[in-house]
Amino acid sequence: MIPAQFEYVAAGSAAHAIDLLGQHGDDAKVLAGGHSLLPMMKLRLAAPAVLIDITRASGLAGISLDGDEIVVGATTRHADLASSDLVRTEAPLLAHAASLVGDPQIRHRGTIGGSLAHADPAADLPMALLVLGGSVEVSGPSGTRRVPADAFFTGFFETALADGELLTAVRVPRQPGVPWGYQKFVRRANDWAIVGASAINGRIALANMGSTPLRASAAEQALAGGASPAEAAELAAEGTSPGEDIHADREFRGHLARVLTKRALEHLS
Amino acid sequence: MQVELTVNGVLRSDEVEPRLLLVHYLREVCGLRAANIGCDTTSCGACTVLLDGESVKSCTVLAAQAAGQDVVTAEGLAGDGELHPVQQAFRNEHGLQCGFCTPGMVMAAVGLLRENPNPTEDEVREGLEGNLCRCTGYHNIIRAVLAAANGAAEPATAQAEVTA
Amino acid sequence: MSILGTRVLRTEDPRFLTTGGVYTEDVTDEQLAGACHVFFVRSPVAHARISGIDKTAALGAPGVLAVYTADDVIELPLIDPLAAGLTNAKMTRTMLASDKARFVGEPVAVVVTEDPYQGEDAIELVDVDYEVLPAVVDLDDALGDGELLFEDAGTNVVATFGDSASLKQDLFDGCEAVVTHTFMNQRLAPAPMESRAAAAAWGEDGRLTCWVPNQGAQGVRDDMVKYLKLDEGQVRVITPDVGGAFGAKFGADPEHVLVAWVAKQLGRPARWTETRFENLVAMTHGRAQRHTITIGGSKDGDVRAYRLEVIQDSGAYARIGAILPTLTILMASGPYDIPNAEAIATAVATSTTPIGAYRGAGRPEATAALERAFDLFAAEIGMDPAEVRRRNLLKKFTEPHQTSFGALYDSGDYEAALDKALEAAGYAELRAEQARRRANGDVTQLGIGVACYVEITGGGDESGPPSENATVEVHPDGTATILTGTSPHGQGHSTAWAMIASEELGIPIENFTVKWGDTDLIPEGGGTGGSRSLQQGGAAVQQASKELIDVARERAAAALEANASDLRFDPSRSAFAVAGDPEASVPLADLAKDERLFVHSIFAAPGATFPFGTHIAVADVDTETGKAVLSRVITVDDAGIVLNPLLAEGQRHGGIAQGAAQALLEEVVYDAEGNPLTASFADYPFVSATELPSFELASMETPTTYNPLGAKGIGEAGSIGATPAVQNAIVDAVAHLGVRHVEMPATAMRIWRALQAAKSAHSEPESTTTGSA
Repeated sequence: MIPAQFEYVAAGSAAHAIDLLGQHGDDAKVLAGGHSLLPMMKLRLAAPAVLIDITRASGLAGISLDGDEIVVGATTRHADLASSDLVRTEAPLLAHAASLVGDPQIRHRGTIGGSLAHADPAADLPMALLVLGGSVEVSGPSGTRRVPADAFFTGFFETALADGELLTAVRVPRQPGVPWGYQKFVRRANDWAIVGASAINGRIALANMGSTPLRASAAEQALAGGASPAEAAELAAEGTSPGEDIHADREFRGHLARVLTKRALEHLS
Repeated sequence: MQVELTVNGVLRSDEVEPRLLLVHYLREVCGLRAANIGCDTTSCGACTVLLDGESVKSCTVLAAQAAGQDVVTAEGLAGDGELHPVQQAFRNEHGLQCGFCTPGMVMAAVGLLRENPNPTEDEVREGLEGNLCRCTGYHNIIRAVLAAANGAAEPATAQAEVTA
Repeated sequence: MSILGTRVLRTEDPRFLTTGGVYTEDVTDEQLAGACHVFFVRSPVAHARISGIDKTAALGAPGVLAVYTADDVIELPLIDPLAAGLTNAKMTRTMLASDKARFVGEPVAVVVTEDPYQGEDAIELVDVDYEVLPAVVDLDDALGDGELLFEDAGTNVVATFGDSASLKQDLFDGCEAVVTHTFMNQRLAPAPMESRAAAAAWGEDGRLTCWVPNQGAQGVRDDMVKYLKLDEGQVRVITPDVGGAFGAKFGADPEHVLVAWVAKQLGRPARWTETRFENLVAMTHGRAQRHTITIGGSKDGDVRAYRLEVIQDSGAYARIGAILPTLTILMASGPYDIPNAEAIATAVATSTTPIGAYRGAGRPEATAALERAFDLFAAEIGMDPAEVRRRNLLKKFTEPHQTSFGALYDSGDYEAALDKALEAAGYAELRAEQARRRANGDVTQLGIGVACYVEITGGGDESGPPSENATVEVHPDGTATILTGTSPHGQGHSTAWAMIASEELGIPIENFTVKWGDTDLIPEGGGTGGSRSLQQGGAAVQQASKELIDVARERAAAALEANASDLRFDPSRSAFAVAGDPEASVPLADLAKDERLFVHSIFAAPGATFPFGTHIAVADVDTETGKAVLSRVITVDDAGIVLNPLLAEGQRHGGIAQGAAQALLEEVVYDAEGNPLTASFADYPFVSATELPSFELASMETPTTYNPLGAKGIGEAGSIGATPAVQNAIVDAVAHLGVRHVEMPATAMRIWRALQAAKSAHSEPESTTTGSA
């Protein structure tokens, strides 16, 4: 119910945070909204010795346009993403995904950077980034790099973030007016998705069908080859490796992936 | 470490452990025990308070994170013996039974109405998805929030009323 | 104008809304100054021998004052299984697990620290050696006695109520249609928002004061006396505000006793608050019955015979769950006239959390089984489920009616309740909408579920007839105090009892103080549970108020120098006056000036009462994903004369939500090793506002003659009717696709599987339809 003891330090800037990460190495974790990290720490599933709070660090906030991309600072909260006129116009799927994370109180704290770095395969924002074909900006001791969504999620709660690196911003293509679909299947409203499916521009991504958010590649190829949404959706579960839990076994997850993909393709906003 | 924040309009400065949760800070250090702890997984919302005017679950915020910010708890809602319109609406509609979820539910409702002053019933239900109640079945809570939204609840002194 | 029957706002509320209730963890009492904090080390395995406990590391941790294990508390008595004589006496429990741990969550050691944050650190350091034994989770495995939880007991069977030898082989002879099915009434977590807690302090006079959130302080006191081997006068138990209970906070748990014991050992006050994880594994669970029903009758809907066989999972140690099947059996035939009905039950121990009472406690199970049986029968003969019920309901009665199970129903008008619910639901229109969607082949289908129920409230126990006491006192300043033996935890007794006394005494309800839950003030009381409070506790308040008027009348006669028989009491003035001479009067309060004016009274009811009703649920089922959404619940809950409709509705809403949650969402799940998989609110699908609609409540009041208020108990009715109504609605939505049954909770996966199975026509309930005899 309460975390093990730790040292707390507030970073004044992204550079400062990276510095601190370098100093403390494995002993430290980055704290933004804390709504993935603190619950784990309270259950003693994580016990970092140092928390580096980046909530007020300069250079990590804000939503802006940069050419044909939207740039979202890592510490942007889900509530702000969901209500941003800019995002709702240019990448409404992203705003919609953010509006579905948890509940209102969680959305007032949780951040896009935190959610992506946490990389829960059942979560909304990782799937959304993947289907949008976005990328993340990562900064570390050796400089800044961009990692496309397809390469960012590397395993179960694992990302391409190397030791000492900080996720500083998220970039998604501007796609105003492009039809998009989003289906999140839950038992109760504020649960994680039992299965999620999203579609835009010929890309289809799934949540909770494997250890990372996944592209439904077979279905995408069928669509590209002229198949109807219903036909393409039949292939949605190919190449996936869904887990089993009290809500759903593998077979049911596969079935949901197909149904939700069909609906994501057919019920475009 | 030293944290400085404003609680119900009063600026405070306290020495705390970094791991002290905001809910424990409010309850044990400030003596404000209306916010309750009902779970371990940020699920139940009984600890909801307003942080800079927005509803948050104080069990998942470190006191240290709230430094320099403004916290309002259920104790800080009402003014001078009068109930806040949302509190009055909860009373009028019998939106509480055992009362354990109530301060958190009220603060979540206040936060909800600030962001969406005229919600539909569905929007109220979704807006309270982070607040669990075992006693009321939510029916009267929803009625209370809708009544408060419609301005039906005039602040009143805390007195029993008989409505025939 | 009478206040009774009006919607009075609760006098309790302003405090709860502003400063919040004062729950046990909030209590600040000078006796608790400097309290130490108690934590429990709990077994992480379902069944194991405990071969050693190393306290060294924990004892060296910051702030640790003590670490105790079973050896340290050996002086404390064994906890015997509940209901001696009915249950297997060898299934005893030690206050802390000693040679064996028998469920995940069983307390194994106590760690005491200076401050609460240190305790969570320290419990991780207690090193317990577990020799893991096979878990006993599956009911048939448990019954097979392959692995015994209690070697001395020689079996896992805790209790039996009737046996299969007593069942009549020819019960279903002559029935044209017979259906049999086995299904679960699944294990649930009561999960009140306030988990368990305790605070204890010993005075220099050797008296123990305990604060415990509970449904009956007197019962906790009795347990403390028993387990700490004290005199009754040595213990004072106080229940502060209680954040919900639902049947699971009755009597003292081992943890409560240990907190008091620790306070004695260390010579300083002690406090404990459990985490939600602990609550979900170590507070008693509810339900957990497996049912095999057989129902038979004629093809035109006359149900002639019904059999219910119950296996009660009672968990590791026998709490009240082990004997709740007696209530299930008692109510097995429900509101119906079934010529041949029989029911038996076996309670068996498993390496899981013990089963206790949970809203309805044994009666929801009876109704769920019967109402599922009726729908299966209706499906078998192709008759509308409401019509089948109508044909079999007992006809209206005003004189008590005894059933073949020995229940004496006080009053009932079951068909009127059914009619009222059907009309309020717009049943015909719903069936028409259903037909339209079926003809259209809509993806989202509509289901309508009906459940008729009768339940038992306010039953007494072996200590005597159902009764309750109250003390009413009028003070010279015109205020009044009520002491009640009930123990509200959200039911609003402060308001309700004030209403009752106000009606008699003419004192405004704001001028009443209602007290309960302090055994120094109120040494006797039955607490609040089993929906007993209004019909016994409220009746006691009314009786005491009337008797107080009688006492006051004598004083008024002296004061007015008149004959008592010439005096009239006028509640509107709260004064006595000489008949025909209103000026010659004396206010009631004045009669308390020279001598205290109070009456202590005990109301004894002739027996239990039987509220009844009909619930109708409407569900939308997505036939592609299997997801069911509850769109409407319409209920008639007749619990006699309603004192305060606002409070009564609140009780119905809460019950309906919990009942619907059982059908739709909630379930405690263990894996094959006895590990709980739903031990947090993230995993246990506790129903939230988004899964429920607003409810439609219709009014019906059929009085009882068992108390002057004409009241039966309303607290549990909602959970009894809603569960089968919702389950039946979900099955009904996909019945046309060949589905006859879906297990609870009706998750999307279960519904989808049922649809798949129906497509391949494999899963029909065993049914034999014989030709007419």
